[in-house]
Amino acid sequence: MPVNRRGAALAPANRYNDPYQALTTNIITAFSLLLHVTAQNTTTVDVTVNGSEHELEVEPRTLLVHALREELGYTGPKVGCESTLCGACTVRLDGDVVKSCTVLAVQADGAEIQTVEGLGDDDELHPIQRSFQEEHGLQCGYCTPGMLLSTASFLEENPDPTREEIREALEGNICRCTGYHNIVNAVEEAADKLATEEAR
Amino acid sequence: MYPPQFDHETAESAEHAVELLETNDDRDVKVLAGGHSLIPMMKTGLATPDLLIDISRLSELSGIERTDDGFEIGATTNYAPVAKSDELHDEATAFAEAAENIGDRQVRNRGTVGGNIAHADPASDLPAALLAHGGSVTITGSDGDRTVDADEFFYGMYETDVGPAELVTSITVPAHGPNAVSTYEKDRSPASGYAIVGVAVVLEADDGTIVDAAVTANGAMDRPSRLSAVEEALEGSEATEAAVEAAAERAGESLNTAMMMSDQDASPEFREQKLKVYSKRALTRAVSQL
Repeated sequence: MPVNRRGAALAPANRYNDPYQALTTNIITAFSLLLHVTAQNTTTVDVTVNGSEHELEVEPRTLLVHALREELGYTGPKVGCESTLCGACTVRLDGDVVKSCTVLAVQADGAEIQTVEGLGDDDELHPIQRSFQEEHGLQCGYCTPGMLLSTASFLEENPDPTREEIREALEGNICRCTGYHNIVNAVEEAADKLATEEAR
Repeated sequence: MYPPQFDHETAESAEHAVELLETNDDRDVKVLAGGHSLIPMMKTGLATPDLLIDISRLSELSGIERTDDGFEIGATTNYAPVAKSDELHDEATAFAEAAENIGDRQVRNRGTVGGNIAHADPASDLPAALLAHGGSVTITGSDGDRTVDADEFFYGMYETDVGPAELVTSITVPAHGPNAVSTYEKDRSPASGYAIVGVAVVLEADDGTIVDAAVTANGAMDRPSRLSAVEEALEGSEATEAAVEAAAERAGESLNTAMMMSDQDASPEFREQKLKVYSKRALTRAVSQL
């Protein structure tokens, strides 16, 4: 019997007299392993994103942000710090803003998700988007989708906030370009716009 | 940043989760709720479970219920409803304030009360508040439920009384009554948002004298700790700002400073100093409301 350098017995080079038997066994093993992996490690997830229903196959470890971006093509949520701090990946999950880098896609099964794509479109921007544009509440734009969704959910809760309340509400969204002054201006402006447009 | 491969099972009930824990006792299994401690640990490789048992959708474990003497909060209740509850702010103020102090809006929408307590991060906000209120934790296993006082629940950093085939299903926070007030004050790490130190206080007064005091701290030691020297100094003393300030000076006395937490935010000596300052803030705010 062959022995390796440490003296342990190695498996016989050929346990089978018939070489084809070995090959067949190996093929069967490979296929069953593949089936096992497939069966164990993907799950079907149904999600509604911005009103459209999607069914997708994901591994349990797939993060919601990756499922949205890479499987479904919603690139609004950005991958920033990947550690629940920066808020660039913020989406609304059943109405609540969450950081989609710290939610497993399998946990969103059956959920309604809103990304920035669901807020407005190129022809008709949402009042919050217009406010950010007018007040220069962005520079590079990487944090903006998260800022917009956090603002949308916050203004539903508190339609007439103080500047201090705005800063607290956006605590989970980090901007590394401009500072927050214009962002706070934009949220104030958005609150005004939403109030007047609703009144109309 | 994908965590390594693992399997995922959705629990249909708390009992089903226990069954899954028992049948998979040969594997590295973790219970998943909001995942706001577990998923980051899995991404960085600090936790590498083979199987996650997902209880996040168990509505039976979610909600705040007013009981005869306080509140029962289901394990999968998110922080946000706790932080926004008027009843909790009135009757178990320190606990509600601690929940308000966690992370940010997104984190409070997703992280859970049970997960926070079961994870037992020494810098987490809720454990000291639970301890100050004299709360307890309900743990479910194959023999049913058992209840453990917060004083006995936390063993050390990430270590609790929860056994391998058990899970936290609810926590109980007693209401502190009309003659008492409670507060939570925190020195927040600017990077992580966790507590460098956090102090929870429950004070009960009768005719200008403090008759009962609970003062506890997060972030200082490997688990939430009672600041017994401050409690002793307060009990029987006048409910005045001067008296509570003097008591706060004793914040480090009952703790073994050699074992105090040390990290990039603060050395043990600095933490002891901060503990006095934040005890003073929590106590002066409490005494002003008595």
